[in-house]
Amino acid sequence: MSGTPRVVLVDDHGLFRSGVRSELGRQVEVLGEADDVQPAIDLITSVQPEVVLLDVHLPGGGGQAVIEAIKPLFPSVRFLALSASDAPEDVIAVIRAGARGYVTKTISTAELADAIQRVAAGDAVFSHRLAGFVLDAFSADPSSAGVKPSFDPELDQLTSREREVLRLIAQGYTYKEIARELYISVKTVESHVSSVLRKLQLSSRHQLTRWAAERRLA
Amino acid sequence: MDGMEDPAPWQRGRDQFGPWGPHGPFGRRHRGPFWLRHRGNGGPLRRDTADRLAGGVASGVAAWRGVNVTTVRIVFVLIALVSGGFCVPFYVVGWLLIPAAGEDTNIGSRARSDSAGIALAAGLATLLALVLLVGGVFNDGWFAGWAWPQTVTVAGLALIWRNASPDEQATLRRLVEPLSAAGVGPGRGRPGRRAVIRVTLAGALVFAGAGWLASAKESLALLRPLGGVVLVIAGIVLLLGPWWLRIARDLVLERQAKVRAEERADISARVHDSVLQTLALIQRRADDPQKVVWLARMQERELRSWLFEGRAPGEAEADMTFAAGVRQIQQDVESRYGVPVEAVTVGDCELDENLNALLAAAREATVNAAKWSGAGVISLFAEVEPDSVSLVVRDRGKGFDPSSVPADRKGLAESVYGRMARRGGTADVVSAEGEGTKVTLRMARPAAAPARSGGAS
Repeated sequence: MSGTPRVVLVDDHGLFRSGVRSELGRQVEVLGEADDVQPAIDLITSVQPEVVLLDVHLPGGGGQAVIEAIKPLFPSVRFLALSASDAPEDVIAVIRAGARGYVTKTISTAELADAIQRVAAGDAVFSHRLAGFVLDAFSADPSSAGVKPSFDPELDQLTSREREVLRLIAQGYTYKEIARELYISVKTVESHVSSVLRKLQLSSRHQLTRWAAERRLA
Repeated sequence: MDGMEDPAPWQRGRDQFGPWGPHGPFGRRHRGPFWLRHRGNGGPLRRDTADRLAGGVASGVAAWRGVNVTTVRIVFVLIALVSGGFCVPFYVVGWLLIPAAGEDTNIGSRARSDSAGIALAAGLATLLALVLLVGGVFNDGWFAGWAWPQTVTVAGLALIWRNASPDEQATLRRLVEPLSAAGVGPGRGRPGRRAVIRVTLAGALVFAGAGWLASAKESLALLRPLGGVVLVIAGIVLLLGPWWLRIARDLVLERQAKVRAEERADISARVHDSVLQTLALIQRRADDPQKVVWLARMQERELRSWLFEGRAPGEAEADMTFAAGVRQIQQDVESRYGVPVEAVTVGDCELDENLNALLAAAREATVNAAKWSGAGVISLFAEVEPDSVSLVVRDRGKGFDPSSVPADRKGLAESVYGRMARRGGTADVVSAEGEGTKVTLRMARPAAAPARSGGAS
């Protein structure tokens, strides 16, 4: 998993793709680019990259359509969602479909390269905004009305440690800084974030997607 | 006009516009009676294809004379009814002879070269005339009197059908399509059992009614012709009902399309006002990276609040909540000091005196960070919990040694610590040289106010 991750870029803006490609330069190996759902599925199927940088919004059905098509075929391909949109419903939808992380397009090149490395290594990557969404989504009392419990009730709650980690991510801390702040190792931070990701993907609590849609209306 | 054979010399220059010259038969500017002068659009009479029910003649006349379309339509229908159908052909002739808006030729001039169409029109008119002749034998003539002029209508419609512009033809086809789909016309691959049953039933009803009507001449009973009329109407409704529904639905769809088009126009206007203007500014300030970043940030925030929160730029916050207050700090600091501020809020609640104080302290802390820290970005994190509200202002800038700050420095002591303490809150400043600064503000909430979800921005 070390060295340069093999990456596919999926984004409908050619300008953005070429920008990312030239900025990332030698830090990753770009195997190809696609601008829509079907071309992306074909490309990923043929080159089988480690990481797919996936735009949330694609003309032919959105990023989650790509994830849903690829996941059953190539479970080893990992997705990092990338979007200019911060609409919670979009973000939550891609994450629930199986993306390992979400970053905004305003992210700096160094951070993006770091995020790709991290996703390639199997970790989760949360932007500060996603951390905010997750805290918000899990904040209401789980016993409140309309919440159908998951088969595993632990999925419906964040531990206080996970909450702390998310708060620090939302404040713009890096994993290393979080580790120092909480006197834990970076590996532990990573495992907390991965566990939050798992809860986000598996919890039936809150009908997270509905939460996101409602948030948009607010 | 390519591919058409060369017209005879005597036709040249004339045929291009039809026999009436470039403006058609009603082309010259009409003076009209004094009470109509200086009204209307001042242009030649044109059919208005954008706002039409049939050929757009009524709306064309309305625009030409500056009268309400609906009035014109009602007058047309009244004339058609009062004249016993005699005036309907005039409408069709108008449709043939008045060019559509934006077109030079009328349909009539195109139809002249369509010999197959003329034959079809003549054939249809003859057929209708025959039917009427035969029908007249059984009937006492009130029906025929109404129907005879329609031979001209049918012929005219046939010519229009064949020679209208592609756009108009598409509309006509759309109107007639369900008729053929109902099984009346062949060529629709899916008649379906229901359609067959409907057509059979309708046919039976029409025939029964027509027979009843035909025999009404000899009958003295008053109810019998009435029953015949009812049966015929029922048959027609059954036969054409779906078609009428389709027309009504198409009208609704058209209206929706119009609404969408307006919405799109609104969006493009907004994009122009904000995004394109900013892009122009960015191009002009390309040599000043900081200014460019600032412009881009401002535009991004504006667009975001419009797209995701439905708030137009410059629109006042109706009832300001805590999250909106945080957003306000973010905006003000970004635009005044040109330092990006990443704001994340979790949850939201109404503002009260305590939270206003918290926001004021947070603003001071953010401004301090923007002015002194030299950090490239400041992060603002606010969380509303059931029993407290916390807000963290953090930067990765120079930092300072809190113990070395002189006591008379108002900023921190008064604006942050003082403000919070007076309201029963706490302020905690962590900083070290070269390691940035973190200001944590916390305020307890009165138990009565429940947290409101919504606010991560």
